[in-house]
Amino acid sequence: MPERNGAVRVGVYVCHCGSNIAGIVDCKEVAEYAAGLIHVVVSRDYKYMCSDPGQDLIRNDIQEHKLNRIVVAACSPHLHEHTFRVATANGGLNPYYMTMVNIREQDSWVHTDRQAATEKASDLVRAAIRRVVLQRPLEKARVPIDPNVLVVGGGIAGIHAALTLANAGKHVYLVEREATIGGHMAMFDKTFPTLDCAACILTPKMSAVKAHPNITLWAYSDVEKVDGYVGNYKVRVRRRTRYIREDLCAGCQECIEACVYKQPKFADEFNQGLGKRRPIYLPFPQAIPQTPVIDRDTCIEFNEPRKIRWLTSLSQGAFSAPRGQCCLSPHFARLWKSGKCKKTCLEACGDRHAIDFKLQDQLEEIKVGTIILATGFQPFDAKRIPYYGYGHYPNVYTSLEIERLVNASGPAAGEVVLRDGKTVPKSIGIIHCVGSRDENTNRWCSRVCCMYSLKLAHLLKEHTGADIFNFYIDMRTPGKSFEEFYQRLLSEGVHFIRGKVAEVTDWVFDPSEEGKLTLRVEDTLLGVVRRIPVDMVVLSVGMEGHQDAQDVRRLFNITCSTEGFFQERHPKLAPVNTFTDGIFLAGCCQGPKDIPDTVAQAGAAAAEALALICAGYVEQEPNCAYVIEEECSGCKTCIPLCPYSAISFREDNRAEVNPVLCKGCGTCVAACPSGSLQQRMFEDDELFEEIEGVLVHA
Amino acid sequence: MLETVKEAKNQEATAFEPRIVAFFCNWCTYLAADLAGTSRMKYPPNARVIRVMCSGRLDPQFILKAFADGADGVLIGGCHPGDCHYQEGNYKCLRRFHLLKRVVKEMGIEDGRFRLEWISASEGDRLRTVMIDMVEKVRALGPLHWNAPVEEVAVS
Amino acid sequence: MPENRGYLYFPGCSLRATGVAYEESLLELFRVLDIPLQELEDWNCCGATSYMAVDEGSAFLLSARNLSIAGQKENHDLMPPCSACYLVLRKTQDYVAHYPEARRIVEEGLKAAELKPFNGVRVRHPLEILYNDVGLARIKAQTVRKWQGGKIACYYGCQAVRPYDEVDRPHDPIRMDELMRAVGAETVDYSLKTKCCGGSLTGTIHDVGVWLNYILLKEAVRKGAEAIVTICPLCQFNLDAYQSEISKEAGKAFDVPILYFTQVLGWALGGDPKALGLHRSIGGRGLVRKWFSVSQEVLAHA
Repeated sequence: MPERNGAVRVGVYVCHCGSNIAGIVDCKEVAEYAAGLIHVVVSRDYKYMCSDPGQDLIRNDIQEHKLNRIVVAACSPHLHEHTFRVATANGGLNPYYMTMVNIREQDSWVHTDRQAATEKASDLVRAAIRRVVLQRPLEKARVPIDPNVLVVGGGIAGIHAALTLANAGKHVYLVEREATIGGHMAMFDKTFPTLDCAACILTPKMSAVKAHPNITLWAYSDVEKVDGYVGNYKVRVRRRTRYIREDLCAGCQECIEACVYKQPKFADEFNQGLGKRRPIYLPFPQAIPQTPVIDRDTCIEFNEPRKIRWLTSLSQGAFSAPRGQCCLSPHFARLWKSGKCKKTCLEACGDRHAIDFKLQDQLEEIKVGTIILATGFQPFDAKRIPYYGYGHYPNVYTSLEIERLVNASGPAAGEVVLRDGKTVPKSIGIIHCVGSRDENTNRWCSRVCCMYSLKLAHLLKEHTGADIFNFYIDMRTPGKSFEEFYQRLLSEGVHFIRGKVAEVTDWVFDPSEEGKLTLRVEDTLLGVVRRIPVDMVVLSVGMEGHQDAQDVRRLFNITCSTEGFFQERHPKLAPVNTFTDGIFLAGCCQGPKDIPDTVAQAGAAAAEALALICAGYVEQEPNCAYVIEEECSGCKTCIPLCPYSAISFREDNRAEVNPVLCKGCGTCVAACPSGSLQQRMFEDDELFEEIEGVLVHA
Repeated sequence: MLETVKEAKNQEATAFEPRIVAFFCNWCTYLAADLAGTSRMKYPPNARVIRVMCSGRLDPQFILKAFADGADGVLIGGCHPGDCHYQEGNYKCLRRFHLLKRVVKEMGIEDGRFRLEWISASEGDRLRTVMIDMVEKVRALGPLHWNAPVEEVAVS
Repeated sequence: MPENRGYLYFPGCSLRATGVAYEESLLELFRVLDIPLQELEDWNCCGATSYMAVDEGSAFLLSARNLSIAGQKENHDLMPPCSACYLVLRKTQDYVAHYPEARRIVEEGLKAAELKPFNGVRVRHPLEILYNDVGLARIKAQTVRKWQGGKIACYYGCQAVRPYDEVDRPHDPIRMDELMRAVGAETVDYSLKTKCCGGSLTGTIHDVGVWLNYILLKEAVRKGAEAIVTICPLCQFNLDAYQSEISKEAGKAFDVPILYFTQVLGWALGGDPKALGLHRSIGGRGLVRKWFSVSQEVLAHA
C-alpha cells in the first residue's frame, strides 16, 4: 500500500500555454471539472505554468493548502516534467508526487473540435488524479560519471571535440575508422568563403591531437560493442592491424619506396580513385598517425583472393570505360595472390623492425562516461543519376574528385586536366543540387553545395582560365560572408544559369559540340532551352548519412531520422543531445552542415559532456523494478527476460533486482505471475487507476 | 418497443464515437505522438494515451481492464523490432500480443479492436495515419458494449 | 518454363499495316525458338497514345476489353510488340489496380459489355521476354549465323522504357544491345537511344517530326553506326520512311537500314531470310541485301 501522509490533497493546474492549449481546450472548464473530483483541494488554470509565477503557484499552494499530490496538465512531459518536479520539490513535497498530463502535443495541437479536445483533456486529468493518489515518494538514484570520453570519428568535428575535452583535462579516446584522422576536410583544397587552405588550418589541429597527452588516438579502428549507460559505458574497440607497429615506426616511408610494386597500381581511395597507390601506403603526406598501412586486400604477402575493393568501396569512381589511369596491370590480374613476397619493405625498415606480418587485430576494452559521435557524412553516389553521365562519360567528375584535382598535393599536383591526363579544359559546367532537393533521390538541401560550387568555380577559373558555367536552382548563401562571396564570383566572369540540368550528353547537334559534353538545360530566367557544350562537367553532389548508419546507431542505442542522419533530441533546443543520455552528436552525422557549424557543434557536444563530467554524477529516474519479497514464489519466470541480466536468483529462493543494472523497461513486471515484481513510477495499481480513470466517469 | 431500440441503436451507430485506449512506449511511439503535435498534424480525438517506459511493460491485464471498463478499441504502440530502447522489450510485447489476441477473440472482441503498431520516434505522420485508420475501423465495428448487462434468456 | 507455354500475342494495328515486317520477323523468330504464340482472339485496337491523350477513360475501356479477353485464357502473359500498345495496355492494368476511379470506369464498362474483369494478366514486351525468359545464353547458343553486318545503334524509343521499367532501364537501357552482341553484332554507344522519334508528329506537325528523326539518324551515323535497330513499329517507320526527305533538307545522304531487333535475331538464329519482312525496308536496301545474304528478287517481293 502506498504511504499516506494523512488524507490525500491534490492540486490540479491546467496550463493555457498562451493560446497553444487554450485556443482549442477550454482550460477553465477542465479546471472547474477537476475541482469537483474527489481528493482535489485546489484546481487552477493559468497562462504559463512553466514560468516563474506558474511554478510559484505550485510551490505556494503546497505550503498554503497542505497539498500532497500535484497534477499539471500542460505540454509533453518530455519538455517540462523536470521543471514541475523541481517546483514541487521547492514546495517541500517529494517530486514524485507530481504527474503531468499532455494536453498540448497530444491534444490541443492535434485536434480541431473544441468540445472533443476539452473532453479528452478532462478525461486525461481525471485519470492523472486517480493515478497520482497512488504514487509513492521516491528518491533519484545517483550514478557517478566516469570522466573519460569516447569520441567516435576523427574528422574536424571529432578532432575539435577531442581537443576541447583534452584541454579541459579530461582523457579522450579518439577512434577513427580510416588509417588517418582528418576526415573529408583533409581532402579539400580551399574552404569557403575565406579560401583558407583546408590542410593549413586542419593539420595543426591534427598534430595537436597526436601530441596531446590526454588523447589516446586509435586510427584504423572500429567500435565493436557498447554496453552500459550514461556515466558508465563499457566499449570494445577493434584496432585493426596495419602490420606496422606504430610505436616502432619512424615515419621515414622507405618501406613504401621499397615496395615490389615499382609503379603504384591500386586505386587511391583518398584521391577518389584518381591516383594510384601501392599496397603499402600513407593515405596522404600529412596523415596522422604518420604510420603507413599495409592493405591486406592488395598486398601479395597475404594469400587470399584479392577482393577488388576499389571497384566497390569507392562510393564514386570506377569507370566502365578504360581510363589509362586506374586499371590493374594484367600481369597481376590473377585472383589468387601467391602469399610469397620478397618483402623488400621489411628489408628497408631494417633495424627498426617496425613491420611485422604476423601482427593481429587488437581488441581493447575501455570504460568511458560519455560518448560523442562525429562520424560524418557520405557523399551522394552520382551514379544514381544516370542522365548526368557519371561513370559513363569520362569527363564527368564529382566535386570531391575536383577537390583532389585542384589540390597541389593531389594526384595531378594541382594541374587540372581531363581524364586523358593532358588536356586542360577550356569550358567547365558545374551542376548544383546533384542528388539533393529531389524526390527521386534525396529530398533535403545539403546546405554546402552552392557555396562549394562557387568555390570550385573560382578555383577552376584560377587554375585553367576556362569558361565556367554554374547551373543552379536557387543560390543558397546563408552564412557569414557567404553572400559577399557570391557577389565576388559574379564579378569574376563566371556564368550563372538558373535551371536544373536535364541531361549531360555527347550527342552533337552542331559541329562546335564535337568532342564535348553538352548540357541541356532550361534557362528559366531567359525562358529558353539551351545547349551548352563544355569540356568538363562537375557534379556538386549532396550529403547523406553513412550507408551503415543504421548499424552504428544500433550499436549506441540511438535513433536515426527518416533521412538517415542520427536523430537529435530536439531540433532547436537540443541539437547535440540524443535520446540516450550520455551520447552526443557533432558534425554532419547529425545533418548536412559546413565547417564553421561543425566546429561549433563539436564544441557544444564537448560542453555537454563536460557538464556531465563536472557535475560528477547524473541522477537516474527511479523507475527500476523491485521485488516484494514476501510475495515472490521463486518461479524464476522473470530471470531470463531481463536483457541487462539485472535479476538474480537468491539462495533463499527469491528473485532480486540489481537497481544499478536495471534500466526500467518493466518487461519482467508484466511477466510476473504473482505480481510480486513491480516497477517504481509504473506500479500495477497506478496503471490500473489510470486506465479506469480515462474510461470511467467519477 | 423493438422499433425504438432499433432506432436508438441506429442513432447511436451514426453518432458513435469509439473510445480507444492507447498504450505508448516512452521512447518511440509517445515521441512520435509528440512530433505529430509539434508538426500540427490532425487526427480524431478518440484515443486516450497511457504512457509506459516500454511496450514490454504491458501486462495483458491492462488490456483486459481497458476493454472491461468500456474501451471499444485498444492500441499498443512500440518501437520497431530491433530498435527497442531496452533491446528486446517489444519482442516480449509481441509474443504476449499474439496470445492475448487469440484469447480476446474467443471472448468476442473482433479483429480490428485490439491492435499493435510499431511506430518510431520520427514517424509522426505514421502515428496520425494509424489513429485515423483505427478510429474508422472501430467506428465501423460499432460499440463493444462488453460491460453491458446481458439479456435474460428464459430457460425452460 | 514459361516459354514452353508460349504467350498470348497481341499484334495491334501497326503490325498489320506499316509494321508488317515486325510481325513477320517476330513470328519467324519465335518459330525458330519453338515458342508457341497464340493470337488474342477478337482483339481490338488499343487506341495508342492518341486516344489516351484525348479521353483517358475511353482509352482504358479499349484496353480493358483486350485485357479481359486475355484474362479468360489459361495463359495470362499478353505480349504486345508495339511500344504504344504495350504502354497503353500496361498503363490500363496499372491504373485499374491503383486508382479507384479508373477501376470504377473499367468495371462498369466491362459489366455493360458483359465481359469479365481481368486479374493476373501480365503485359510483357517481347524484348523483356527474350531477355528474361529465353536469355542471352540460349540466344548465343542457338546462333547459327553470326551477324556479318555493320555496327548497330540500338534505338529503344521512349514508350517501352518509361514510365514502367520492367522492359529495361529508363535512362540507359541495354538489353537490346546485349541481345545484338549475343549474336555477334557490334553496338555503338548511342546517346539518343531513348530520345523520342516524334511518334505520330510526322503525320501531324510534319516538320517537327522529320526534324526529330534527322537528329536521330545524324547522331547514329556520327557514332559510327551503319544500321539502327528498333523495337517499335512507329519508330521504325519514322526513321525509315523519311530518309530521302531528310537527305534533301540536310544536304547529306542518309541511306541507313532501319531494322527490327527480331529481324536481326531471327536471321542469326537460322530463320528463313525470306520470312523476315526484309523486303519491306526502305532505307539501306543494298546493305540489307548484303548483310542478310538475300537476293535482289527476295527484296523485290512485295
